[in-house]
Amino acid sequence: MFFDWTQAGPTIVAAFLASMVEFIEALTVVLAVGTVRGWRGTLLGGGVAVGSLLFVVALLGSALTRIPLDAIRVVVGTLVLLFGLRWLHKAILRGAGIIARHDEAAIYTRQQQALRGMTGNAGRWDKVAFVLAFKSVILEGTEVVFIVIALAAGGTGLLWPASMGALAALAVVGLLGLLVHRPLSRVPENTLKFVVGVLLSAFGTFWTGEGLGVVWPGHDWAIGGLVAGYLTVAVIAVVLCRRRVGAGRQTSTGVES
Amino acid sequence: MIGLKTIVRKAFNLFVDDVLMTMAVLLWLIMVWLLLPWIFVPATWWGVIEFLGLAVILTVSVLHHARPR
Repeated sequence: MFFDWTQAGPTIVAAFLASMVEFIEALTVVLAVGTVRGWRGTLLGGGVAVGSLLFVVALLGSALTRIPLDAIRVVVGTLVLLFGLRWLHKAILRGAGIIARHDEAAIYTRQQQALRGMTGNAGRWDKVAFVLAFKSVILEGTEVVFIVIALAAGGTGLLWPASMGALAALAVVGLLGLLVHRPLSRVPENTLKFVVGVLLSAFGTFWTGEGLGVVWPGHDWAIGGLVAGYLTVAVIAVVLCRRRVGAGRQTSTGVES
Repeated sequence: MIGLKTIVRKAFNLFVDDVLMTMAVLLWLIMVWLLLPWIFVPATWWGVIEFLGLAVILTVSVLHHARPR
């Protein structure tokens, strides 16, 4: 199994980090369901969901190898670009303090409170636990499937690196969840989303450009330049947003006083 | 269980958060595709132009959300 590491390396990193964020969010719900409703139904629900997602990746991945890459590069590149810019957009606003950061501990507590109010057979076989765990893993996992398939569609032989990144994230999050038995609220989710947003935006820009006939200087190495470019723009944007919000607050305080 | 509506909404939300930004990105890509071949700029600069346009769209969009209210 030989990879072109100029694309495979960033693909593994992007798939790992993006999947990690999604799995952390799914883990929070699974832990809340498991602690309140019991583990049998919860683990079975989560396991069936992971199995279904793996099946979808295998199915779409094998179909992907039969489609000429140039034909889908513009479409996939545009989707990855929109996906990446959306994450980066939110991460910038969170970094500037304009929208609230994702708080896994608070979500965990809210979920537990909601579950305690639910009726049903909490015990050996709990249908509610199965459905809730299945639903949360499927919903968060849908994003992981998209990320893996989209990253795999960017170049020949990228399905394995993308899948490896996502599976490694699943293993790490699963293991950490097993060890700490609490939501992973100390993982800097916003920083992860910031980095993933930068990586996916860079990939999306590169592939869309290739599909539109852009000749990238340095070929695949241009991805590194795009990553540096987006990182610079995003950091400047956070500073500008903070200043703007700060200036607004000062003005309103001045008017009030 | 999970309704089709939820899945469709989730899929849409994967790509679109700020509709204006999404529209601007798509318009910019169409412009790059249609106009750049007609402008006398070396092909190696097209990528830089594509990136700069996207960077401006992203910055303007976040600054719009950072408006003092």
